[in-house]
Amino acid sequence: MAGKIITITSGKGGVGKTTTTANLSMGLAILGARVICIDADIGLRNLDMMLGLENRIVYDLVNLIEGRCRFRQALIRDKRFPELHLMPAAQTRDKKDIREEDMERIARQAAEMADYVLIDSPAGIEHGFRYSTVAADQVLIVTNPEVTAVRDADRVIGLLEAEGHKNSKLIINRVKPELVRRNEMMDTSAIVDILAIDLIGIIPEDSDILFASNRGSPVVLDKNSAAGQAFREVTYRLQGQDVPFTPLKEPSLLKKLFGLR
Amino acid sequence: MRIADLFRRRSTPSGQDIAEQRLRLVLAHDRANISPGMLQILKDEIIAVISKHLDVDADKVEVNFAEDQHETRLMADIPLQSTRNRSKN
Ligand SMILES: Nc1ncnc2c1ncn2[C@@H]1O[C@H](COP(=O)(O)OP(=O)(O)OP(=O)(O)O)[C@@H](O)[C@H]1O
Ligand SMILES: [Mg+2]
Repeated sequence: MAGKIITITSGKGGVGKTTTTANLSMGLAILGARVICIDADIGLRNLDMMLGLENRIVYDLVNLIEGRCRFRQALIRDKRFPELHLMPAAQTRDKKDIREEDMERIARQAAEMADYVLIDSPAGIEHGFRYSTVAADQVLIVTNPEVTAVRDADRVIGLLEAEGHKNSKLIINRVKPELVRRNEMMDTSAIVDILAIDLIGIIPEDSDILFASNRGSPVVLDKNSAAGQAFREVTYRLQGQDVPFTPLKEPSLLKKLFGLR
Repeated sequence: MRIADLFRRRSTPSGQDIAEQRLRLVLAHDRANISPGMLQILKDEIIAVISKHLDVDADKVEVNFAEDQHETRLMADIPLQSTRNRSKN
């Protein structure tokens, strides 16, 4: 049976799509799944660095589309989890070098070899968003608890519904529980109510994410990280488990001031 | 009530409330694909049409969106000048 194709998108840029893709890909691999993640952000390659695989790239997605390499050659195998593979984006090319049908074909081919294919979409609602979502069995929309990000998420949700995508889910990233408590940040339940979409993850603001991207070692690997725990819970939900949403803990003063635990 | 509420005068809405209200309003316009300015023009046109037949209290007319999970509807509340006022003219 072919694996499930999941696209991570957002509308607004910089809300945490690549962070989410890296963590869910590795998180699913930790659970023993065969995972291929595809960096569809042509020209702005990031997923390789977040996964710590940037030094091993030979071929990329555009090389594959242009027939310069075989499918397997465009995949980088993770050394920590041999069942995790990355298909990197081309860094010096343009999004218009990819056609929707190319992406669809490659995503389906990947799904023949994996349990999950995760696609990291570029920001926006134009061509890059379209080719990234064309083959998706499920779309995860990442937003932040800010009015602009939620507005853009609503636009994306509308476009996806118009394209016939069902079963899309929301991830609210960079939640600061102390600001929610002080009524300065929108509550996740208000955002879910406004967007009228199912929630699959609430990820706290966490300085561990910065440390993790410095090292190329996603937080999901860190047992003590709050964001890592939140991403692990998303992977359980993706596998069909009914994991309740536990209220986020406020970070300690030391963590807030110095990023210490 | 949250502790933080005790320290805030009741008249000042929280950042959270303001964000939520602004978002709901802007999304109503986005989803219906009509800008606030266009809605104002629509409202003026509605008043003009109805005024051909009825004596509309133009200052009190309200045209707004109402939202629930499934649909957006346009709600128009169009009060009429009371006939008693008019008979005095
Ligand atoms: N929960 C979090 N806590 C702290 N920092 C975060 C969190 N999530 C993301 N970040 C930071 O936000 C920045 C943007 O994240 P990321 O690159 O994943 O966003 P993106 O949506 O992929 O951006 P783009 O639209 O440019 O592709 C990064 O520097 C990342 O470290
Ligand atoms: Mg990105």
